[in-house]
Amino acid sequence: MTQAATVDARPTRRASRITPVSIFLWGLRIAALAVILYGSYLSISSGRLTASQWRDLLVFGVSTGSVYSLIALGYTMVYGVLRFINFAHGEVFMIGAMMAFYVANALATTSLWVDNPIVSLLIVLVTAMVTSTAVAVTIERIAYRPLRGAPRLIPLITSIGASFTIQYLVRGLVGPSTKAFPRMEPLRGTFEFGGFVILRSQVVVIVAALVMMLLLYLFVEKTRTGKSMRAVSEDAETAALMGIDVDRTIVKVFAVGGAMAGVAGALWGLVFPSLNFFSGFLPGIKAFTSAVLGGIGNIVGAMLGGVSLGIFESVGPSLVLAGYEIPAFSQLKDVVAYSALVLVLIFRPTGILGERLAQERG
Amino acid sequence: MSQVVDAPVPVDVELRPTPPIEMRRAVRLGLSGGAAMVLVAATGIVATFQPRMVIDPIVPLGTMFLYLVAFAFGWMASQPPRTLEGFAPAVVGKRNVMAGALAGLLAGLCVGTLLILMTVFDLRGVFIELSPSLVEILSLGFPVGAAVVVIAVISAAAGALGAGVHLLPIRFRRSLMSALIWVAFFSLLTDLFGQLFVGLNVDFVIDLIYTSRGGALTVVGAVVVLVLFFALYWYLGGRENTLRERVQSMPKDRRVRWQIGAAAVILVVLYFIPRLMGPFVSQILVTAGIYLLMALGLNIVVGYAGLLDLGYVAFFAVGAYAGAILTSPQSPALSPELTLVVAIPFVMLAAAIAGIVVATPVIRMRGDYLAIVTLGFGEIARILLNSEWLAPYFGGAQGITNIPDLQVGPLTFSTPEDYFYPVFLFVLLAAYITLAVQNSRWGRAWMAMREDESVAEAMGVNIVTAKLSAFVVGAVLASFGGALFGSQIGSVFPHSFDIVVSITILVIIIVGGMGSVPGVTLGALVLIVLPNLLREFSEFQFLFYGVLLIAMMLKRPEGFIPSKRRAQELHSEELAQDAWLEIYGEKGQAEVVPEGRA
Amino acid sequence: MKTKRGLKLLALLAVLTLVIAACGGGEGGEDTTTTAGTDEPTTTAGGDEPTTTAGGGTTMPAGDLGVVEVAAGEAIKIGSLQSISGDTASLGTDQVRATEIAIADKGEILGHPIELAFNEDDTCGAEGGQAGATRIIADPQVVAVIGTSCSGAGVPASNVVTSAGRVLVSGSNTSPVLTSDLAGNEGPEHHPGYFRTAHNDAIQGAAAAKFVFEELGLTQVATINDGDPYTQGLTSAFEFSFTELGGTVVLPTAVTADQTDMRPVLTEVAAAGAELIFFPIFQPAGDFLAEQALEVAGLEDVVLMGADGLLSDTYVVLPQTENMYFSGPQTPTGDAYDEFVGKYEAEYGEAPIQSFHAHSYDATNMVFAAIEAVATDDGGTLTIDLQALRDELHAMTWEGLTGTLSCDEYGDCAAPNIDILQNTADTADIAAVRGNVLATYSAEDLGF
Repeated sequence: MTQAATVDARPTRRASRITPVSIFLWGLRIAALAVILYGSYLSISSGRLTASQWRDLLVFGVSTGSVYSLIALGYTMVYGVLRFINFAHGEVFMIGAMMAFYVANALATTSLWVDNPIVSLLIVLVTAMVTSTAVAVTIERIAYRPLRGAPRLIPLITSIGASFTIQYLVRGLVGPSTKAFPRMEPLRGTFEFGGFVILRSQVVVIVAALVMMLLLYLFVEKTRTGKSMRAVSEDAETAALMGIDVDRTIVKVFAVGGAMAGVAGALWGLVFPSLNFFSGFLPGIKAFTSAVLGGIGNIVGAMLGGVSLGIFESVGPSLVLAGYEIPAFSQLKDVVAYSALVLVLIFRPTGILGERLAQERG
Repeated sequence: MSQVVDAPVPVDVELRPTPPIEMRRAVRLGLSGGAAMVLVAATGIVATFQPRMVIDPIVPLGTMFLYLVAFAFGWMASQPPRTLEGFAPAVVGKRNVMAGALAGLLAGLCVGTLLILMTVFDLRGVFIELSPSLVEILSLGFPVGAAVVVIAVISAAAGALGAGVHLLPIRFRRSLMSALIWVAFFSLLTDLFGQLFVGLNVDFVIDLIYTSRGGALTVVGAVVVLVLFFALYWYLGGRENTLRERVQSMPKDRRVRWQIGAAAVILVVLYFIPRLMGPFVSQILVTAGIYLLMALGLNIVVGYAGLLDLGYVAFFAVGAYAGAILTSPQSPALSPELTLVVAIPFVMLAAAIAGIVVATPVIRMRGDYLAIVTLGFGEIARILLNSEWLAPYFGGAQGITNIPDLQVGPLTFSTPEDYFYPVFLFVLLAAYITLAVQNSRWGRAWMAMREDESVAEAMGVNIVTAKLSAFVVGAVLASFGGALFGSQIGSVFPHSFDIVVSITILVIIIVGGMGSVPGVTLGALVLIVLPNLLREFSEFQFLFYGVLLIAMMLKRPEGFIPSKRRAQELHSEELAQDAWLEIYGEKGQAEVVPEGRA
Repeated sequence: MKTKRGLKLLALLAVLTLVIAACGGGEGGEDTTTTAGTDEPTTTAGGDEPTTTAGGGTTMPAGDLGVVEVAAGEAIKIGSLQSISGDTASLGTDQVRATEIAIADKGEILGHPIELAFNEDDTCGAEGGQAGATRIIADPQVVAVIGTSCSGAGVPASNVVTSAGRVLVSGSNTSPVLTSDLAGNEGPEHHPGYFRTAHNDAIQGAAAAKFVFEELGLTQVATINDGDPYTQGLTSAFEFSFTELGGTVVLPTAVTADQTDMRPVLTEVAAAGAELIFFPIFQPAGDFLAEQALEVAGLEDVVLMGADGLLSDTYVVLPQTENMYFSGPQTPTGDAYDEFVGKYEAEYGEAPIQSFHAHSYDATNMVFAAIEAVATDDGGTLTIDLQALRDELHAMTWEGLTGTLSCDEYGDCAAPNIDILQNTADTADIAAVRGNVLATYSAEDLGF
């Protein structure tokens, strides 16, 4: 193959010209690095947190980040193929979580919940997956398919509209009140190994996320459907010429993304057991940020980006901001998250692992 | 280039008949319509709308809205297909009506099913709106079994009516639809019209067409409005040329006089609007005006320069807080207590700096990344303004209060009616800038950059300056809106500056028509004024926003009143087809095509 | 060229607008102007309202706020401006209902029925407060407005309503900014004509601090607010009082209202060595805090304390809130209150939801009593002097459900008592929690 298998879209090399802008950006990079390192030094040396507490923060970040990763997978796959941000994906996640909530509550009244928690959990997971998949596919059919080929702004706006529509439909249907997930006794408490103390629910989340991501990776790399997805994402026209049904493949992309979001929704309920119609909005934005952070279009990138973002959020304020004695620094964790995005994109404009996108068509 | 047409001799080609509309499609649409109607009922729209009477005493809004959905889907199901080249125009007749009725019937049956389910099970544990009172509303007073039949019949009728619209001759149809929309306005915007009539001292009209001031439209009133506007549109529709064409074709001096006359009329109306409309409507107009001001600013950033800024609210906040800090005695750190007029240059400076700060990191970023990063900046701004850390400068969660009213020389603007004028002035300024920019070097540079950055750069456009200047201009315009906003409300709190504002402004320019001032104005009116006047809708405001967005993007992505260029861009395929048809004539007659024109 | 002409036209339009604005727009303004329609019956729309520049503490010249005339057979109109939608809908709905019950109870004043002419939404924010207030006072027949729910909405609303001569009486605004800091300093957003029957935040903060320091004997406390003006005001008040008593606020921090992962901030709390966390926030953030606090290492023994924002059924039933303390306005007792609750439940099918329902009932009744006192009857037509109404509200003493109400010069009318409650294994629902009073503090107890 003369063409690289992965289309790593690096920007054309302008670095040979030293422009004011490039000087400024370099200055920004250096300044950012200095601020972060100095702040970290101050925080760590002040001894405010013990080593195990730092470890805890790290683990919290990884578990939240795993959930972000799962949602990010949907964003990254859709973007890789269709090149637009599917704003409604956060709502797909929220619907999965809602379904998980109702099923879990129903199951909690039966003995199955206590007797066989694994089966209960699986039921919850599967129903959440199915619901999310259905919703994702429906949105694609109604709102996105007719707009295939429109200028990129149009499907973006449509997805914003779809996001609002779903949020407020759910609000109307189930009400604005906060829903509380039932507790699952085996998930309470902690695991201990080698001095590490980690919450059981977080272990479940991290493991489940890893398993799903591994399955997805294998699916995309090894199966035929996966191959056709990669083909369509690389060059849709040629794929069509090769006999791949592009429409159906795209539907499958949405379906798989939706399924991942559904799992994320169910897992969310385990870790953060309260939920309302608006709960998908912020994770959606964070997840897309993760996808960009890791390199959009890149599945491994989405996983990495999600976990990184989770860690930045969790550890960032305590590490960087606390050193400068900023009052109420925990309030600024979103600032850290978004700033991390800006900085990563300044340092490495295509994300940590680089992009994997369809070729530009004019 | 070879010629497309072979035969130079006009020939009457026999046209194939257009295939009749498919019933299968009607079935699909009927089921979708049924789903829509079920959702309308289950989300509580029907129950919330029900207390309001469209036409007193017979048509409550809830039920009417429900069957309006059936009407709409019947309309869609019976829509005649486009006339393709070589085919005869479609025949519109009984079959269409049947399709509409079928769609309506199926939709009604879905609702009937819901009704049955509601009476058999208690689903309120999950779906909170499925209460006995909803059952009562839906069943229209009949027992369940009969109710299902009744609902199905009414839905079918509504669908058939929707289909019937296609059968009407065009002029009749347009007049009727416009008149019906006016009836809807009169019945829903009772406050507005009541206020208007009172202000114009024609109170008797209220007694004539409404039940009471602030009450509902009566049957008599509905009929009067319908007939009046139907006649009006019928008359207007019958004229050969539109008003615009007639004005364009006038000789120059007459045209100028006409335009000055129009401007004078507008100004007179303007003077009277706040007086007539009272403080409440003026307040809404002021809010709409501020949003319009910002929309025009975002129009430059997104519409002209192609930079999708989802964090535009940050500049709004900068303007509001800069104005607050400079003018309010309550400002925590800096408190120069300037008047707003003196403070404006500093506000502009702050906005310009903010624009540069936001623009510089994103200069090299591509479109979608730009969107998410600017969204991040918007959030960062809000969080920082709310933070305890910066509270000594910005007031934190308690905001900055006690912002004085606008004072220009001896004049003090304090009430919403007063603020209408300065807001309008700034909107004019923004419109002026928009138009001036459009055909200027800057504007052309932006548009070139929007189309293709690399090519623009090759043509000599300095991308860096272009992006920076676009952000700065947008930021300054937004800051005007922010300063006025702070002054008018008298206090600024961080939670007023969240992402919803950015998205609302974006929706205004997209739905209204990107790049066109009248379009954006209409967008602001629809998206700000209407929800504030229709209180029942405010609970479902974002639901309607969402549906409106999707519908507009699917059908009319260029917006309500688009700029011509944009409409052409978005419908290029259809325009090409029309051009093709023009060459070859409507009936497929092959005409003589001169050489070289393909 | 078309655009050039368009530009010229616009410029012309702009200049003319300036002229028009000068002639018709701004008022030739000094600080206060009297209303043009003092002696006219104000029944037509668009009557001039007195204008004042926004600013704290502007005093109106006496007697010149105008009057409202209610013709024979017509109703006395009042308006309601509460938070009836969104997250805070329960707070506002409670109070609207209380107002409605008060109207039903009163029946009529001096032979005129009472009408709740407006039920506006303050959206718990400044824009909603202003828009709603503007709408209500656009009707010149409205005598008084009951509201707002949220202090953030109260800031512009108090200005709008009082500038129009009417009174605004709130049953749940607590921010000191709207009245005073109870130490004689006028609040920056105080406007004469604003009253409230709810307590001042300074009091609840002091009560909570006193309880923690003296009763629980804890000296190391962390406070967490959610960035909302109400919660931030409460934590500020608490921090101030607690430090005065001699305690240490080891970590004053904040989260965001939609935050779900509280563990990092809780880790910081643990690192700071807090014995108690005071988080006067709302749901669902409160849910997450309480739950995750038990899981974070180092916080196994920490004491949790919230405020009235969390005093709801859906919160106290959560297992993680067991043994939590709460501070809140005292739940009234007595036959009159029971009767009120009975009426509430009969009419609306559920028990009162939030903690401020009785306060709005009292507010509405105070207004009625004041109207009765100042209105003059002239052959069936009632004339209500608006300035006299304000003066009467300042002068009168009212025995309400929440205690003896007497308004000070800045509008604080409450005789505030703050209850400290605890949710134990035995208290199954919110009513039981409200009944489980561990301590009550009055204004005197706290040194105000």
